[in-house]
Amino acid sequence: MTESIVVENVSKQFTLRYHRTIKQMSVAAARGHKLSETFLALDDVSFRVEQGESIGLMGLNGSGKSTLLKLINGIMTPDSGKVLTRGRIAGLIATGAGFHRQLTGRENIFLNAAVLGMSEAETRRKFDDIVEFAEVGKRLDSPVGQYSSGEFARLGFAVAIHVDSDIFLADEVLAVGDKPFKQKCMQRMQEVRKSGRTLFYVSHAAASVQKMCDRVLVLEKGKLGFDGDVKAGIRYLHYDEPGETAEEHADAELGADV
Amino acid sequence: MAETANRVVEAPLVPPSGNSGLLEVFRRRYLLKLLVRRELSARYQGSFLGIFWSYIQPAVRLGMYYVVFAVIMGGRTENHAIHIFAGLVIVHYFTETFGAGTRSIMANKGLIKKMAVPREMFPVASMLVSAYHVVPGMLLLTGFCVALGWSPDLVGVGAALLGFAIVAVLGTALALVFSAANVYFRDFGNIVQTLTQIVTFSVPMIYPYSMVADRFGAAAPYYLLNPVAEAVLLFQRGFWTGTTNDPAATEKTDLPDHLFLIGFAHLGAALVVLVLAQMLFWKLEKKIPERL
Repeated sequence: MTESIVVENVSKQFTLRYHRTIKQMSVAAARGHKLSETFLALDDVSFRVEQGESIGLMGLNGSGKSTLLKLINGIMTPDSGKVLTRGRIAGLIATGAGFHRQLTGRENIFLNAAVLGMSEAETRRKFDDIVEFAEVGKRLDSPVGQYSSGEFARLGFAVAIHVDSDIFLADEVLAVGDKPFKQKCMQRMQEVRKSGRTLFYVSHAAASVQKMCDRVLVLEKGKLGFDGDVKAGIRYLHYDEPGETAEEHADAELGADV
Repeated sequence: MAETANRVVEAPLVPPSGNSGLLEVFRRRYLLKLLVRRELSARYQGSFLGIFWSYIQPAVRLGMYYVVFAVIMGGRTENHAIHIFAGLVIVHYFTETFGAGTRSIMANKGLIKKMAVPREMFPVASMLVSAYHVVPGMLLLTGFCVALGWSPDLVGVGAALLGFAIVAVLGTALALVFSAANVYFRDFGNIVQTLTQIVTFSVPMIYPYSMVADRFGAAAPYYLLNPVAEAVLLFQRGFWTGTTNDPAATEKTDLPDHLFLIGFAHLGAALVVLVLAQMLFWKLEKKIPERL
């Protein structure tokens, strides 16, 4: 087996800025307030992922999941430690891709595909499939700014899933979109998984993680709290919570509790 | 557990943010082309006259400068309108690249926050969009020159190309640095606006170089340290001097000695500045996604 993702002692610090103008800064300095505050979004995180593994990344809001995904995607670079990946990466960060609101759906598909490393010919070849999957119909030639949040998310997912990538990152992909579309996405991600691509799946929905993944990572305030078996990981995350109600359980599989 | 295929990935294990800077931009020309096209279509979106605005704007600008500086204040040189217009075309290319380039990263923050893309793409795309907008001005300028009985000469074409190259390289370098700096403090956008105003008057466009040589005397060479001033002079060698009665005499009085030598020195310096700008950009861009 070959390593697909290597994360070694990675830390990422963010600065919270209180005072941005010179006036605010001098007032704050005169009063003896702090000018800025930092916090560690990721604190010495290390793990290795083999090609073809399917990882569920879990944790509470603000635990550093999206930051970790951005580091793996290459949007951000770590302050210390190193992140290494093998092959082409595609995916979605925090629902909805980087679309330009004034551009039409058609133009955005081409732009987005190009950013993800697809050539013009490759995009043309897959264009019909993408459009069909996104189910945006006649709105394809209107600006995506006019799309509903569901259509927006569908189009983003459709482009990302059609990239022939070696690593697929999915961040809360199922938070928007109706039930049939969610089911379609889940099915598609299972196909991705079966094709031997590395899958990195962020979700709060325990049941869908259980279905989709063969390993779970849990982040707690920027630290890697758990790394291992799916069931144990879900238990670890819920260890201090009361039992789920039947209603929550039904929704959990599709990620409706986000 | 699902039955999974064994996928063999030939690629090496590398940092996903691996960025070879401007080289990467030229390696991904298709994406660059899409970004340029996007900016062009965005600029004229919802407008009835569309691309014609890029003809109307330089024509109006020329008319304004011509009336004020040639008609009202009296032309300082032969064919003063051409003298102004040749300068205007190249100065405008510089200010457009600088201004739009500085805003480029902020303007594309939706994309930059969500996807891994070489961020040098955006200032470079702005430079190319500005270059595209030079075309209408050049056509108008050439048309006026031909109407005055001018025919292009090889040295003149070379001079114009050299002037263009200086501005393209320098504009890209400045756009790189200021686009990144603008993410940290929006003040840089204002600084650029102020600088572009200074540039318009620090070049021999509304006044001829002979006046500079006259007033500054021995200090005149320092005036030529300004790369945009040099580019303007090269453009005037390309277009304006050929329209005068005695081009050789005009070149002697209104252009500095060693015009080309100074031009190549500026091009070399601009390339060095571009390399430094890339290095500074690498430093600044690390924190761009979290600052947007």
